[in-house]
Amino acid sequence: MALLEVKNLGISFGGLRAVNAFNITIEKGQLYGLIGPNGAGKTTIFNLLTGVYQPDEGSIILDGVNVTGKRTIDICKAGIARTFQNIRLFGDMPVLDNVKVGLHNHYPYSTLEGILRLPRYFKVEKEMNERAMELLKVFGLEEYADYKAENLPYGQQRKLEIARAMATAPKLLLLDEPAAGMNPNETKELMDTIQFVRDHFDMTILLIEHDMKLVSGICEKLTVLNFGEVLAQGETQEVLNNPEVITAYLGE
Amino acid sequence: MNTAVHFTAASETIVWRIGMSFVAHLINGISLGSVYALIALGYTMVYGIAKMLNFAHGDVIMIGGYVVFVTVSGMGLNPLASIIISMAVCTVLGVTIERVAYRPLRGASPLAVLITAIGVSYFLQNVALLVFGSDTKAFTNVVTLPNLELFDGQLVIKSVTIVTVIVSIIIMVGLSLFVKKTKIGRAMTAVSEDKGAAQLMGINVNGTIAVTFAIGSSLAAVAGVLLCSAYPSLTPYTGSMPGIKAFVAAVFGGIGSIPGAFIGGILLGVIENLSKAYISSQLADAIVFSILIIVLLVKPTGLLGKKIQEKV
Repeated sequence: MALLEVKNLGISFGGLRAVNAFNITIEKGQLYGLIGPNGAGKTTIFNLLTGVYQPDEGSIILDGVNVTGKRTIDICKAGIARTFQNIRLFGDMPVLDNVKVGLHNHYPYSTLEGILRLPRYFKVEKEMNERAMELLKVFGLEEYADYKAENLPYGQQRKLEIARAMATAPKLLLLDEPAAGMNPNETKELMDTIQFVRDHFDMTILLIEHDMKLVSGICEKLTVLNFGEVLAQGETQEVLNNPEVITAYLGE
Repeated sequence: MNTAVHFTAASETIVWRIGMSFVAHLINGISLGSVYALIALGYTMVYGIAKMLNFAHGDVIMIGGYVVFVTVSGMGLNPLASIIISMAVCTVLGVTIERVAYRPLRGASPLAVLITAIGVSYFLQNVALLVFGSDTKAFTNVVTLPNLELFDGQLVIKSVTIVTVIVSIIIMVGLSLFVKKTKIGRAMTAVSEDKGAAQLMGINVNGTIAVTFAIGSSLAAVAGVLLCSAYPSLTPYTGSMPGIKAFVAAVFGGIGSIPGAFIGGILLGVIENLSKAYISSQLADAIVFSILIIVLLVKPTGLLGKKIQEKV
């Protein structure tokens, strides 16, 4: 059974049909790319998948569970985590705490235990610290743990966003233009990181990207979106050689 | 020779007395300021996290005062028990106000929320008016410790003053630790920075805001008890002026900042008390608000407020 199965997804904003009859099937462990010209509806699809927008029609099945129309936090708990096109870290908080926010739902203690500092508070906080440090190490960020997130270099902030998303223990990771604003070296490093995340955590990843080198370098399958509709879908090389796709990207 | 010594001794006594009375005014100012600080914490936390001004906050203080009045004077309960009951009532009240009046307006224009808050404020005042009447109730001081006398009784510090300062410092430190070091505190900070991103990381935004209101309101109850113990009269309007001044204190210190609220509160109390003592008791409030205006002209984000950077 596929990890993510989206059928006939659609949403309109007023008179604008932003996404229409969108279908996608992602197998567990796949690295899947979603590409398309600006304004094609890629981020809208991410917002639909994470419950930021409610779809007008269609269904989203994650690992056999129907998550269509659920609230954002329930979808997060069900196992979809994401990063953002424009970095949205908690800039004023330490790097470690950013990851700990991601761990929030997995390490329970009550507000009262927190206020009164009962033994469980110390035990759970310690476990959270250890887990968060582990994740930071995976992404090579452990030396920055006490930095304010906004003071990290750009590339590291991107990594931290992925680390924070991974902290929610997702089944599916959505990356929204992870290479945006990166130089070729940083992009190369990012490609390694994404592949590493997939292998190390056995993660399923869906990413939006404009950088064709990144897309053709690491994605196994692609869906091309144009004007809210699927233009092409399939193996990466096949799709990239599709004349219709080339037309959509480069014009006639 | 003899007269000269006498003269020096007399002038020393006068200087000493002036000094003592200054210290007394200062300490009273710090105490009043601590109450403002406690109230300001409620304003600042709610503003920081929900980005709204809860103008009903001052009236929660008044309700807290009435609860203590009823339970101590009416039912003869132990003051400590009555304070705990008062905190519980205010916590429930704060969460209920948030649930009924503010949550449906999440995402509405800030102006609509502001008007609603003012409406809630009048609602609470009028409910109190209906239930308790408009006459001033004499509030029994719940702090029954002996006063502190220093220098052979030349400097008397009321026990309620000392208790107020100590309680405020403990709450302030506790709250800072809570926000920095606990899960819920982190969730609050995350929500205050970016509601959308926090939600996508699995943080329950509504729940977090409710907790913020609960904490702010229980602090308001403590502030109410301390305020009424220091100034033992209680009317349905008791909360509104301290509420506004605490709001000023929060803005003064940099709204959204917890240490800012504390510093703002203390400064405001000291300025108010010293103006009353040395300039004019009628002008004291005018002086307080003038200083606010000056601070905001010089530093629009308040003393500890974050600089808002404009990106070009």
